[in-house]
Amino acid sequence: MAEYQQFDYDVLVIGAGGAGLRAAIEASSAGVKVGLICKSLLGKAHTVMAEGGMAAAMGNVDDRDNWRVHFADTMRGGQYLNNPRMAELHAKQAPARVHELEAWGAIFDRTKDGKILQRNFGGHAYPRLAHTGDRTGLEMIRTLQDHGIHLGIDVHMEHTILDLLTDAGRVTGAFGYDRERGRFKLFTAKAVVLGTGGIGRVFKITSNSWEYTGDGQSLAYRAGAALMDMEFVQFHPTGMVWPPSVRGILVTEGVRGEGGVLRNSEGKRFMFDDIPANYKSQTADTPEEGWRYVIGDKSARRPPELLTRDHVARCIVREVREGRGSPHGGVFLDIAWIKEKIPNSAEHIKRKLPSMYHQFKQLADVDITQTAMEIGPTMHYVMGGVRVNGDTQMSDVPGLFAAGECAAGLHGANRLGGNSLSDLLVFGKLAGEHAAKFAKESRAAVVNPDQVDRIARQALEPFNHTGGVPPYEVQHKLQEMMQNLVGIVRREEEMRRAIEELAEMKKLAANVSVTGNREYNPGWHTALDLRNLLTVSEALARSAVERKESRGAHFRDDYPTKDPEAAKFNQVIRRAQDGSMQLTREPLPPMTDEMKQIIEEMK
Amino acid sequence: MATATFQIWRGTRESGEFKDYTTPISDGMVVLDAVHQIQAEQANDLAVRWNCKAGKCGSCSAEINGMPKLMCMTRLNQIPLDKPVRIEPMKTFPLIRDLVTDVSWNFEVKKTIRKFKPRKPDAPDGSWRMSQADVDRPQEFRKCIECFLCQDVCHVLRDHHMHGEFIGPRFMIYTAQLEMNPIDADDRLPDLRKSQGIGLCNITKCCTKVCPESIHITDNGIIPLKERVVDRFFDPLGRLFRKFGG
Ligand code: SF4
Ligand code: SF4
Ligand code: FES
Repeated sequence: MAEYQQFDYDVLVIGAGGAGLRAAIEASSAGVKVGLICKSLLGKAHTVMAEGGMAAAMGNVDDRDNWRVHFADTMRGGQYLNNPRMAELHAKQAPARVHELEAWGAIFDRTKDGKILQRNFGGHAYPRLAHTGDRTGLEMIRTLQDHGIHLGIDVHMEHTILDLLTDAGRVTGAFGYDRERGRFKLFTAKAVVLGTGGIGRVFKITSNSWEYTGDGQSLAYRAGAALMDMEFVQFHPTGMVWPPSVRGILVTEGVRGEGGVLRNSEGKRFMFDDIPANYKSQTADTPEEGWRYVIGDKSARRPPELLTRDHVARCIVREVREGRGSPHGGVFLDIAWIKEKIPNSAEHIKRKLPSMYHQFKQLADVDITQTAMEIGPTMHYVMGGVRVNGDTQMSDVPGLFAAGECAAGLHGANRLGGNSLSDLLVFGKLAGEHAAKFAKESRAAVVNPDQVDRIARQALEPFNHTGGVPPYEVQHKLQEMMQNLVGIVRREEEMRRAIEELAEMKKLAANVSVTGNREYNPGWHTALDLRNLLTVSEALARSAVERKESRGAHFRDDYPTKDPEAAKFNQVIRRAQDGSMQLTREPLPPMTDEMKQIIEEMK
Repeated sequence: MATATFQIWRGTRESGEFKDYTTPISDGMVVLDAVHQIQAEQANDLAVRWNCKAGKCGSCSAEINGMPKLMCMTRLNQIPLDKPVRIEPMKTFPLIRDLVTDVSWNFEVKKTIRKFKPRKPDAPDGSWRMSQADVDRPQEFRKCIECFLCQDVCHVLRDHHMHGEFIGPRFMIYTAQLEMNPIDADDRLPDLRKSQGIGLCNITKCCTKVCPESIHITDNGIIPLKERVVDRFFDPLGRLFRKFGG
C-alpha cells in the first residue's frame, strides 16, 4: 500500500494561474470547500509573464466598440473554428471581469478622464486591451492571489498531480506529490477544475516556462475526456533570438501596438507585401496611415504589423528563408524609429514598455529606444485542449471542468493577443461556479485504493531503473524533434516520421533512471513530466497530419490553402479501449441566427 | 570552448557543502543557464527554482558571489570568471535543498495585512475614476515580483531574526501600495506601528539596492509610511488639527 496524506474537498482546482485562481475564488465564494494546487509557488504561474493586456470591449477609448465587434474579431481570428457560444460569452462578460479586478485592487493604466486605458492589439478592431504597462499578467495574477488568500482556500504550493481519480466514469479526486519532500498526497473532490495552462515545453524555442508540460490535457485524456483542436499551436511572431540563451523569450505585441514596425535586412517594411484578403479592408495602405492609427486617428486603419499572429509569424519565416533576415536568423522590430514622430520618444518608450526596455538592456545589451530589436517566432500558446461545454466548462467526464489555456474552444484556429487573459477570467469564473454547483449536487467521492496504488508505484519506477537514459536527454530529444518536424511549417512525411519517433521515445521514457532521492529532485520531476509531454506531442502530431489544409496557426507546405470542407469540423482526440489514441472529425457547434448576422455585418 | 567553474551549495538543512562544477560557457549566458547546464549534464538532482527566465516571476533568487540576485538576470559577462563563481541559497530563509529555500513565511505574513477595501464605485457600471498621476506611485510598488531578495538582505530579518516583529521591506511596500491606492478606504497605520514593526527599519536602504525591479522601496515607500505613522501617533499638534478639523 502506498503511503499518503489525504485531503478532502468539494472542489479541487489544479493550477494556480489566472484561470485556476479565478475558479478557486468563484467556487470558494459559492460556499464550498476548495483546495488549490500550484506546481510552483503561489503567484509564479505562467500568467505572470503575460504582457500586453486583457481584451474587453469597454469602449473607454473608442466608443464604437461593443461585444458584437469583439465577438466578430474573435471568430475571424479563429477562422470560424471557434465554439461560437464561448466567443459570445467571452465578449459579453469580459468587461465585468475587468471591473471586478479593479474592485479587488488591480491598478490599470488610465485614460485622461480617469477610466481604464485600452490599447491596440493585433486583430482587434478598436483599442481594447486593458493593461498595466507591459506587465498586465503580473497585475492580474497578483490581484487574484491577494484577493484569494483571504477566502479560506487551501493552497498546496509546489505540488504536482500525477493522475486524476475516477469512479464509475465520474471524477473523484486526484493523486500527486509535493515537490519539496516528494511525499504522496491524495485529494478527494466532488468536482475538479483543470487550469494547468499549455504545452510549450514540447518545443525547443518557446516563451513558456518549465511548468507547461501539457499536464491538464494529459490528465483529462487519461481520465477519458476528449481533446480538441490540438493541431493549432500559436507561434508568437516576436520572440528574442539573441543571445542564444534567451532565444524564445517573448517580446510583447504591445511594441507593435505602440508603433513598432517590422523590417527585413534591406530595411523594408515587408508586412505591406502580403495582406490577406479578409483583412484588406481593415489594414492601412501606407506607413503614414499606419502611424495615424497608432496615435489614435479613428479614420485610419491598422498597420499590417498588427495582423494576426499566425500570419505575421509566417511572413517572418518567409523573409528569413529568402535570405532577408537579421544576422542571428530573425528580422528587425523597430520602435526606436518613432523618434522621427514624437519628441522625448525615449521617455515615452520607457514608460509604455518598461519591462521590454529592461529585458533587452539587461539580457542583450540593446537599448530599444535607440536600436532595433532582433526577433523571430517562438512557440507561445496552444489553442486546442480539453473539450468543454461552452456554458459550464465541464468536459465529457462528469465533474471534470477545464478553463484557460488547457481548455479548447474559444480561440479556434488562432488566438488573438489579449484574448487569453480575458479567457482566464471569464471561463475561470464559469468553471468555478459550475464546479461548485456540481459539487453541491453530488455525493461524496469514492476512492479506489487499487488505482491509487498503481499511480504511486508508477511514479517511483524511475528510481528502480539503473543504466537507463537520464530524463533531460529524452526531454531535449523530444523538443528538438517536435521543433523540426511539427513546427511552424508542416509537411506530411515529416509529421509521419514524428509519430514514429514518438513511439520510440515512449519506450525510452519508460526506462529513464534518476539519481538522488525524492526531496526536491528536478531529475525525478522531469522524468515524471515526460509522460504528459509525450501524450500532448502525439495528440498534436496526429491532429496536424489529419488536417490537410492550411488554416489559422496550422500551416502545411503540402496543402498551402484553405479547404472549405475542412472549415466544417473540429478534430477530436480520445483514448480508445486498448489505450491507443483515436482521432475523429466532429461537426462545428451550430451558430444562432444572431451570431451569423453579426459575422456577416462585420465581414 | 571557454569554460567557467561554479561553486554551488549542495545539501539540506542538516548538512551540506560547496561543490565545484566546470561547464562550457557561451555568449550572452546568464547564471541560471549555467546552473541548468550543470543540472542536465552533471547533477540531475540539483535543486533550483525558476519559471520565466526573464526576470518576471521572482523564483530564481540566490546569492551570487555574496550578492543577492536573480540568477536569470545575471549575465556571466558581468562577473569575474577567473575564479569560481559562488552560488548559494538565500540565507534569511530556512534551506530546503541546494539553492531552494523555504519562503513560506512571506506568504503567511501577507495574510496578516488588511486587504484592499475599495470605496463605493464612482460610476453605475461599478467602475472608478482615477488619474494616471495618482496611480503612478502604487503602480511602482505593484511591479514587485516577490523575489524576496529585499527580505533576504534586510538586517532586521537576516541578522536579528525578528520575523515575528517585522514584516520586512516587501510587505512595507505591499502595504504602501494599498495605502496609496486612491480608492482604498481602509486604514493600516495602527498595524504598521504595532504588529508590523515599521519602527524597526532604520533606513539603511539595503533593500532598495538589491531590488531587481528598481522599486524605490525606502524613499518612495517606507519613508512616506513612517511619516504618516509619525503624523498620526507622535505629532500632538497634528492630532489636534485632525480632531477639530474633522
Ligand atoms: S531600509 Fe529598512 S527595510 Fe530596507 S533593508 Fe534597511 S532596515 Fe531593512
Ligand atoms: S520589492 Fe523588489 S526586491 Fe523586494 S520582493 Fe519585490 S521585487 Fe523583490
Ligand atoms: S526565473 Fe523568473 S525571475 Fe528568474
